[in-house]
Amino acid sequence: MSDRIRLVVTAIDDDVPGIRTLTLAAADGRVLPDFTPGSHVVLECDGPANAYSLTGDGTMPTTYSVSVLEVPAGAGGSRWVHGLAVGDPVIALPPRSMFAPILQGSRHVLVAGGIGITPILSHLRSAVRWGREVELLYAYRDGRGAHLDEVKELAGDRARFFTDRTSFAESLAATLADQPIGAHLYTCGPAGFMDAVVETATALGWPPSRIHLEHFGVEALDPGEPFQAVLADGRVLDVPSGVSLLEALEGAGLDVPQLCRQGVCGECRVTVRSGVPLHRDLFLSAEAKAANDSLMCCVSRAEGDRLEIDL
Amino acid sequence: MTAHLPTTETARDLIEGFAFPFPTDQYRYSTNVEPARTPVVTPTGQWGDAVVDVDSEYRHELAERERILAADPSRYAVLDHMRPACWDTMITLMRELALARPDTMSLEALGGGAFVWTNRLLDVEQRFTLADESTLPMEPLRYIATQVQEDLVLLDQRDDDLWGDAGVVTFAADWSFGFDVGMNFLEIHGPVPRLRQTGVITRAREFIMRLQPGQVYRRTNWTLTIGRRLDVSTELYPEWGPDRPMIQTVDDETFGRLVHLRTEVQHLLRLPESGGVLFLSRTYLLPFADLATVEPWRARTAAVLADLPEDMADYKGVISYRDRAVAWLEARAPS
Ligand code: HEM
Ligand code: FES
Repeated sequence: MSDRIRLVVTAIDDDVPGIRTLTLAAADGRVLPDFTPGSHVVLECDGPANAYSLTGDGTMPTTYSVSVLEVPAGAGGSRWVHGLAVGDPVIALPPRSMFAPILQGSRHVLVAGGIGITPILSHLRSAVRWGREVELLYAYRDGRGAHLDEVKELAGDRARFFTDRTSFAESLAATLADQPIGAHLYTCGPAGFMDAVVETATALGWPPSRIHLEHFGVEALDPGEPFQAVLADGRVLDVPSGVSLLEALEGAGLDVPQLCRQGVCGECRVTVRSGVPLHRDLFLSAEAKAANDSLMCCVSRAEGDRLEIDL
Repeated sequence: MTAHLPTTETARDLIEGFAFPFPTDQYRYSTNVEPARTPVVTPTGQWGDAVVDVDSEYRHELAERERILAADPSRYAVLDHMRPACWDTMITLMRELALARPDTMSLEALGGGAFVWTNRLLDVEQRFTLADESTLPMEPLRYIATQVQEDLVLLDQRDDDLWGDAGVVTFAADWSFGFDVGMNFLEIHGPVPRLRQTGVITRAREFIMRLQPGQVYRRTNWTLTIGRRLDVSTELYPEWGPDRPMIQTVDDETFGRLVHLRTEVQHLLRLPESGGVLFLSRTYLLPFADLATVEPWRARTAAVLADLPEDMADYKGVISYRDRAVAWLEARAPS
């Protein structure tokens, strides 16, 4: 759906045991797409694609930096990153922002656990640049703290570091208990870590709207499962994962009305003769969706492996 | 008569670049957004390849904006928390201007947050440092409004909603920016008939909230304006309101020169550094006298106006002279 970015590895930093920091630049040397603090990129690798937070400056960046934890028994992504060498090509999807700073926040409390420092670091950078009230609690295993120097340099005494659970838990509770109205909390780390942070905040009366989590890489629209579309004239079109039904129809030479290609404008509605659509648009009403007799072909797909449409 | 009767012919590029707003003979509200930066070919030329558009009215419209801002400072507002979004807007628009006019404009990054902005159309060479207001002659949003013809509204995204928390709007078509500052997206659209019931505006809001940096979308909006008058804001109603009864009394030739089809080309993009949303609105005005020389435009505008439901015609302020406008256009059909 989105244009892929061709990158090349320009530097590798393995100083912190088990954590690899990659610096990536555009293969053609150009400025890379801007990104919002807290954004991630999806890197394509041999296995399923993985999302990594961008730690650098998002305004007219000439490089992207990501730090990846080595998970020897984990999914392919981490091992693949740890096997890369300087000069290797890497394909990325454009940065996505799902963990942006709240501009109106009166104060910004950043809480990082382990490798969860990565999106928090870009929050810290932007908070310092714009003079926002910020403080950072960073918990990590002794000897395994990524970006420690950078955090210290940016935050000075606004950052506190923890290598044991008890003192972290105590400081977290004390910090969250003592915040002005309009403060926002941002946290990233392992699932259990974030659960504990949210629990502490909730117990202290923080409303959910002021607690922000980075879960990593939930795409707004996933590429979807492949299916087949059967046309009125009997032709059968393959719609692979990552290709929309609209794109497949256009590829077959059909002229389908369309405007937004985002499921909002209502132009690309197609009548369904049989099969169950998987509705992913914002246009059709709940009733129209339940009727299952039409779909917006720019974003919606098939629930099963076949969809017969009236085109 | 209060309307500005044009004394000169419409410049060639304003006809060639006119963004004719009607895709079909019937106009209804819809969430009519499409990816930007793709040129639209028209019978007279084309529009839409750039996000910001510089045309032969450039200096004149910028001067007009300065005059309006001097007379009424409420056309410009920035709520405190929007400061990063203002810088973001300035940098974003400088880059867009440089893309649109590479021959005369450029933004060069010097490193360490320092930049040089060059605009040879205005004889400007401005060095500045990101996030340091003292390096600019004025606040960044106000500054970029001296370089683009577009009106600007900045939206903050928080609490699952969008808020119009900053902007420079000098060319509003019958609304008031000063009144709308700080409102949310649905409140801003409160006066528009049909929008809530049809779901057009809630869909638009969901769509905008999911916009990612680098994605740019556009839509068009339209109305009719009497005289080549960019500022038809609610604030100035006493000045332009009387044109509506007046226009029914003028002769045919004057009618064709005074009544303009007004298109707003609106761009939407996510501001990368601040996470805000930038809404750009660029106004194009074409006198009926010129419109009627392009047969597909004449015929389609007549059809759209004739079909326009009462509530929409009333909201757009054209109800009192819509019939005359249709008759005027139909009388110019080729025999
Ligand atoms: C996809 C996005 C949007 C859609 C579909 C949309 C739709 C509309 C429509 C149909 C109207 C009525 C226009 C007329 O008949 O003349 C309108 C008016 C207006 N829109 Fe939007 N709009 C969108 C985005 C925005 C944004 C981002 C802003 C910025 C704050 C905005 C500000 C306004 C204002 C101020 C009016 C005039 C309301 C009044 O009469 O007071 N719109 N919009
Ligand atoms: S093209 Fe707009 S809903 Fe599909």
